Amino acid sequence: MLDKTKDPVAERDFKVVGTRPVRPDGVDKVTGRARFGADISAPGMLVGKVKRSPHAHAKLVSIDTEKALALPGVKAVVTRDDFAENKKQCDVLRNIMAREKVLYDGHAVAAVAATSATVARKALKLIEVEYDVLPHVIDVDEAMKPGAPLLHDDMITKGVDPEPETASNIAQRYEFGHGDVEKGFAEADVVVERDFKTAAAHQGYIEPHACLASFTPDGQGELWCCTQGHYAIRGFCADLLGMDISKLRVTASEIGGGFGGKTTVFLEPLALALSRKTGRPVKMVMSREEVFRASGPTASTSSRVKVGATKDGKITAGEAEFRYQGGAFKGSPVQFGAMCAFACYALENVKTVGYDVVTNRPKQAAYRAPGAPMAAFAVESVIEELAVELSIDPVELRLINAAEEGDQSSFGPTFPRIGLVETLEATKAHEHFSAPLGPNQGRGIASGYWFNFGGATSVSLNIQPDGTVALAVGTPDIGGSRASMSLMAAEELGIAYEKVKAIVADTASLGYNEVSHGSRVTFASGLATIEAARNAKKILCARAAKMWEIPEEAVEWVDGHARPAGANAGDFEPMSLADIAKVAEQTGGPISGHQEHNASGAGASFATHMVDVEVDPETGRAHVVRYTAVQDAGKAIHPSYVEGQFQGGAAQGVGWALNEEYIYNDDGRLENPGFLDYRIPVCSDLPMLDTVIVEVPNPGHPYGVRGVGETGIVPPMAAIANAVSAAAGVRMTELPMSPPKLLKAINAKKANGSA
Amino acid sequence: MSQIHVSTTLNGDPVEYLCEPDETLLDVLRDRLGLTGSKEGCGSGDCGACSVTVDGRLVCSCLVLGAEAQDREIETIEGVAQGENLHPLQQKILDHAALQCGVCTPGFIVAAKALLERNPDPSETEVRYWLAGNLCRCTGYDKIVRAVMDAAQEMRGA
Amino acid sequence: MQYEAPQTLDAAVALLADARGAARVLAGGTDLLVQLRSGAIEPDLVVDIKRIDELKKITAEDGGYRIGAAVSGAELGEHEGVRALWPGVVEATELIGSTQVQGRATMAGNLCNASPAADSVPAMVAADATARIVGPDGVRDTSVRDVATGPGQTSLGRGEIVVSIFLPARPARSGDAYLRFIPRTEMDIAVVGAAVSVSLDDEGTCVAARVSLGAVAARVLLVDEGARVLIGTKLDDDALQALAAAASAACSPINDKRGTIEFRTDVAGVLARRAAQTAFERAKG
Ligand SMILES: Cc1cc2nc3c(=O)[nH]c(=O)nc-3n(C[C@H](O)[C@H](O)[C@H](O)COP(=O)(O)OP(=O)(O)OC[C@H]3O[C@@H](n4cnc5c(N)ncnc54)[C@H](O)[C@@H]3O)c2cc1C
Ligand code: FES
Ligand code: FES
Repeated sequence: MLDKTKDPVAERDFKVVGTRPVRPDGVDKVTGRARFGADISAPGMLVGKVKRSPHAHAKLVSIDTEKALALPGVKAVVTRDDFAENKKQCDVLRNIMAREKVLYDGHAVAAVAATSATVARKALKLIEVEYDVLPHVIDVDEAMKPGAPLLHDDMITKGVDPEPETASNIAQRYEFGHGDVEKGFAEADVVVERDFKTAAAHQGYIEPHACLASFTPDGQGELWCCTQGHYAIRGFCADLLGMDISKLRVTASEIGGGFGGKTTVFLEPLALALSRKTGRPVKMVMSREEVFRASGPTASTSSRVKVGATKDGKITAGEAEFRYQGGAFKGSPVQFGAMCAFACYALENVKTVGYDVVTNRPKQAAYRAPGAPMAAFAVESVIEELAVELSIDPVELRLINAAEEGDQSSFGPTFPRIGLVETLEATKAHEHFSAPLGPNQGRGIASGYWFNFGGATSVSLNIQPDGTVALAVGTPDIGGSRASMSLMAAEELGIAYEKVKAIVADTASLGYNEVSHGSRVTFASGLATIEAARNAKKILCARAAKMWEIPEEAVEWVDGHARPAGANAGDFEPMSLADIAKVAEQTGGPISGHQEHNASGAGASFATHMVDVEVDPETGRAHVVRYTAVQDAGKAIHPSYVEGQFQGGAAQGVGWALNEEYIYNDDGRLENPGFLDYRIPVCSDLPMLDTVIVEVPNPGHPYGVRGVGETGIVPPMAAIANAVSAAAGVRMTELPMSPPKLLKAINAKKANGSA
Repeated sequence: MSQIHVSTTLNGDPVEYLCEPDETLLDVLRDRLGLTGSKEGCGSGDCGACSVTVDGRLVCSCLVLGAEAQDREIETIEGVAQGENLHPLQQKILDHAALQCGVCTPGFIVAAKALLERNPDPSETEVRYWLAGNLCRCTGYDKIVRAVMDAAQEMRGA
Repeated sequence: MQYEAPQTLDAAVALLADARGAARVLAGGTDLLVQLRSGAIEPDLVVDIKRIDELKKITAEDGGYRIGAAVSGAELGEHEGVRALWPGVVEATELIGSTQVQGRATMAGNLCNASPAADSVPAMVAADATARIVGPDGVRDTSVRDVATGPGQTSLGRGEIVVSIFLPARPARSGDAYLRFIPRTEMDIAVVGAAVSVSLDDEGTCVAARVSLGAVAARVLLVDEGARVLIGTKLDDDALQALAAAASAACSPINDKRGTIEFRTDVAGVLARRAAQTAFERAKG
């Protein structure tokens, strides 16, 4: 599949990259020693808790904290009055603590610090809040209607010409595409057009948000928290508390899952404010209920997709409109949805429009490939239907239209080397593709695309006197990245993996690092690690040159050793990294390499998933019986953790497809804020999840790495919907395809059939 | 509300503590005894991250009162490895890369250990149903199930 | 809140009867602790009954079994005798929660928590089980059907404790089964539950039957019409269709986050039919 002759990266012989060693933090994690967000305490620590709105939408008339403050053991209460207006972080400020209005069930209105959890809980009950309840809106289509309850009186839709004169719940309109879709549809022999809906899903990380804040009277702050990006947290907090960035040191704890949901602040500024007020450390941990009600789930969406094709399967036009509600503040990921929707296809005529809508729900946070899965669900369902109408195998249809290097993407730029075709070919070649299906079973296939981010990255690599290496990265390890970084450092330095120990450094120890998101860690921190190692190698060579008394240019680094570059340089015994490190003090002092840069050259990642689902036609229950995830990883640094990302994405996709949803009652209160009724897949729900790692090197990375963390959740919902529809004989266009919905569709079809 | 004095056995050692009557065993372990290996993912019995055994029975420590531990034998993740030696389950979880974030891992190990003590040769289905009360959001369970089956095989051979 | 763990039944009854504020029995705690932690209940006294020896036992009695109120689901599942006699009751109890929940949850707690969706209750109702209740006024036996009176409501008086559940003897060629519908494979609360118990004569004709449904009304239902259509048949397709129709007709469910009226009504029929088939197979041996 891979033409190695053309590809310098693929040709490269890796020594440690591509192996599967035990991760550096492994033993701590299997023995219970690893310290997550809620796992530390400080002497004199207080417990912080948040009082939350029971209303979906209300004016915040008054907050009376007097009785709470009078309770013995209560040390401080903070409310909106404790945070200054902040133009730059206007929405973040209002999300962490309601100001003029509460905008969703669970919105924070006050926080208390007390000597124990029991006292803090009592104090919450004593805080008296007067609300003036307003009409609310939960559904995205309802929120867009004229006359819908307005969340923000001043929200004028951006991206519309001319600018609207009245406020609405539509924050922005986006449009992407090229060509002429009307012309394209006129050329089509078959056109399929459908409406879709998807429910809001939560990232469902098992560790609730937690932090420990400590503020000293001289204005210095320390914060320990579980986050995907401690530098970003530092920025938000310093800004909201009005302090110098350098006076706040943030340490990222081990993080118990994030998937995008731990990229912003919720408790952290409150804990710091409480600590500032009391002069004591304050620990805050969310309950599971709070996580569901008041952290950042993903958007719910509604959409319409239209695709036309000729009889031989050439897509002549694709058009879609996406409406995403992202909760109480602007910023739903509709833009990414509209960009990724048709990214798998090389289209002459394509147009996507997106609307970013606000509703009375918690502000969404990123969730794995934010925005793309919902769009892919809609588009890939239509592609499947098209394949059926055209009697073309769905993989063939995708191959006919697949985007390749040099094609203009549906969102603008031209693709460099990409691996979609390779994932489709690998799918076809997989034994699963032609395996027989049992009764009531159906097979579904879908492809998906997601960007990779680069961004600000700093890495420091210190060579110790004994020849081992301490690698400090600034991107929290959300899935084994310390192992991957160590592998890349070892590869570059030519030493054993065991000689490298990677850690996640705090914000004071390294330059800025962007959040661990956008599938960027292995790519961007990896790139910086390689560069840091290369910088260290230069110094190592220079030290050898000094000892050998030859010019620096006459020394090269080969297989973990400094050696004379060619016969002219002289005849010296090669020196290993350890040899040079041992005498570093005599040759000029400690040796380290570091790298600070904005990583560019991130490669896109495509995936194709194939799934078999069995449907019980009498109960509408769908069960996944076989799953194969194929994805382009560019180069798998630690293949086990790459597989793990594919599997995790697929499993989350199964949940989103079949059962996960935010259920609101008529009062706008969340009805299922717990794992009992927010149903993520359990162990017995899933089969083994097969994976195929395709490696089409990313030309923008020295080892060919592409980020793999997110693409894996883009195809599953569509693949499962296609499988369910095949098994049940009804086209399902709404997520989740929960049993009541599926049974209703099956029964309706039966009734129509027999009528 | 006066505190209750409790004497119990924790990972083989005698332990005494005071706790509130409505305090859970999980809170006692984490906040009073400093054993933070058991995690609170939900506090309502749904996630299994707080799994421990009480007199050999697998339970959620978030649904046990600290006061109930009087004269019982409690085993937590901290008691699974014997000194320097990891339990085969711990080693196999590492070898199979059966963890991503690792917050669910202690609960899975405690639960799987209880399974293998009863059933040294479980089928994949038995493993999956036994572990259905342990949520993992990262891995999709594939590598966890493989690691447990592999550990079972190794323990049978030993 | 005060916590007590008495060693005798008398002490437990006295504690509960004399309690000044709200008092609660603590069995496995898998409902009680969830309610405590969410603030749904704020009892002044909790009486842990797990240190009372007689409540920890399963004893054979009159060809049936008496199951102590502090016996956990896991312990019940390990009892070969009960499993052989009332496999449907055991499987229903074993469906409650996870392995971890099984380590604690009791049948009596499932009954006294009075959720219409409690899994073991339809199976107990189909088995015509009796609850033995001890209180300040002495001992009384009552049908398990009469313990829960509505969601979260029981007929237990102040100071009364369910001390055991009695599963009666049954004729040869009998079988029972319980099925529930949940969206996942585990860890959900029943959207519909259906239990069927049948006894056959030597020809394999059904001579006695009890059909019970959970989660389709405010209380667990005993569906007499369902039993009537099975008796005298060999559970042929017509009988099973009639059972399904009778089960659906008996439902008076609500729309909630777990299911719709339409769905519950439909699926109740399906599950009753499937449970009857399993019970029938078990009865044939
Ligand atoms: C994660 C999870 C999953 C669950 N899944 C299910 C499920 O699938 N199906 C299901 O039916 N239930 C389920 N439950 C609910 C619960 O586990 C069951 O109802 C269980 O049987 C309760 O038994 P217990 O011994 O734990 O009761 P407890 O919690 O101890 O008590 C429950 C209630 O009954 C009272 N009580 C208990 N025993 C007595 C007695 N002997 N006399 C008088 N009053 C008494 C208590 O005061 C309390 O009000 C689940 C719970 C959890 C946490
Ligand atoms: S914390 Fe105990 S089960 Fe989740
Ligand atoms: S590894 Fe993260 S929840 Fe299991």
